[in-house]
Amino acid sequence: MNVLALPTSLDHRTIDPLLDEAIIPEGERVLFDARHLRWADPNGMVALLCAGRAVASRSGRVARLQLPENADTAGYMARMGFFRAAETVFEFDQRPPRRASGDTSVLLEIMSITTNADVHEVVERVQTSAGTILSRTLGYPPSAVVPFSVVLSEVCQNILEHAEAPGWVAAQVYNWQKRLGRHVLVLAVADMGCGFKASLTPEHSARFGDRWSDATALEAAFIHGVTRFPDSHRGQGIQQIRKQVRRWNGALSIRSGSARIADVPEWDDQPPLVQGLAPFPGSQISILLPACAPEGSADA
Amino acid sequence: MRDLPDPIRVAVAPLVRESVASRYSHLVTRPTGRAVRLAIESMLAEAGEPTISLVDLTEVTILDYSCADEVVARLLRRYMEDDRPREAFFVLNGVQERHRDPIEAVLERQALAAVSYRQDGAAEVLGVLDEEEIAVWKLIEREGVVRADHADDIFGTGSLRTASERLVERRLAFADRGGSVHALSRLVGQREG
Repeated sequence: MNVLALPTSLDHRTIDPLLDEAIIPEGERVLFDARHLRWADPNGMVALLCAGRAVASRSGRVARLQLPENADTAGYMARMGFFRAAETVFEFDQRPPRRASGDTSVLLEIMSITTNADVHEVVERVQTSAGTILSRTLGYPPSAVVPFSVVLSEVCQNILEHAEAPGWVAAQVYNWQKRLGRHVLVLAVADMGCGFKASLTPEHSARFGDRWSDATALEAAFIHGVTRFPDSHRGQGIQQIRKQVRRWNGALSIRSGSARIADVPEWDDQPPLVQGLAPFPGSQISILLPACAPEGSADA
Repeated sequence: MRDLPDPIRVAVAPLVRESVASRYSHLVTRPTGRAVRLAIESMLAEAGEPTISLVDLTEVTILDYSCADEVVARLLRRYMEDDRPREAFFVLNGVQERHRDPIEAVLERQALAAVSYRQDGAAEVLGVLDEEEIAVWKLIEREGVVRADHADDIFGTGSLRTASERLVERRLAFADRGGSVHALSRLVGQREG
């Protein structure tokens, strides 16, 4: 049995090692040890689902998950809909806590994206919750719920149109008091599809020759807006998402295969490009939207 | 074929619900946009020719880039192509601030333009036009119709005249058989109802 020990905190800064470790030799059984996990945000929970799915795909057997010993952590993951989403991905070592019904504090609990109708459902769900959170907690104008919904729609469509495989989306707001002194909205979208490189290879790899890689494929899509479609009018999704995230002074990063690319605002310290990661399937998108800086501060 | 276009009104929100059997009126995802565009084309096929369609976005809350591409840009482009299925013109209605970014983005990317009614009832043109096209479009809009026998007086024979011809080619103004040039906003009929 291969044991993957989860860190105490699972978020956008710690998911890459988890995904790297989930590329295990074929046929091995895997136990995800989350006993010491104290904190997981949407990036962490969605990445854990991807890791479990990747293990099942390579080993042919469903991975086991040891639940967090900390009841608050497990309870929070239940409220985010993690265990419901994970039922088909993991075998649990014990019965997971049940999600309390009617919990309205979650911006967008983990939802599976497999069809066009799922994207409609995601957009509809945030209409009620996002408006209040964006304006009251993040200080965005009340109208921000519309561009936020458009960003959600476009990132979810990325799963359906390019990955050709199911994926998950989740979002929540946290108080990053120590790290940034502000609230931050964390939006995670991930799939286990073919990834950017495979999606773009038929149309674009020849131009790059030996340089064609996960990193150059990400750069082509992220920076130059290329898509797998020969129609040159396609490919606006990622470009428009970048534009909107920049307007909100947010951070956007995409991991696909062995590379991760990012738009990094001044308050974040992640590198703009990482190469040499393990060739994890699919794409994992992280968006971090900080609250407006208080008036009079240096960032305002 | 009629001389002046036959006006029809296309309420997009109900089309979303009918075309994709959705409970919602959000114009999101490319398949939804494609279904709505095909529904509009079906409506055009049953209308007189030429047709001018008032594409009404009033009840649409969310419009994403993929849908703006399908329902606005691709629709306009299809009826500008040499092998277009029929003669059709389009005017947007109910374009609100929340719709502008996606619409402007797809029009700019494809160097297209569209006539649109603002919420205050005034017509405007969205997308890509050069300065002369904008000036001539405003002139036509103000006049309502520039009769063929007055065209030289109003446009002259130089660059403004060619700009008016480009507006007709780009389907931002309508030239009747007699050569008079009509503002689309005057042909589209009543906006309400």
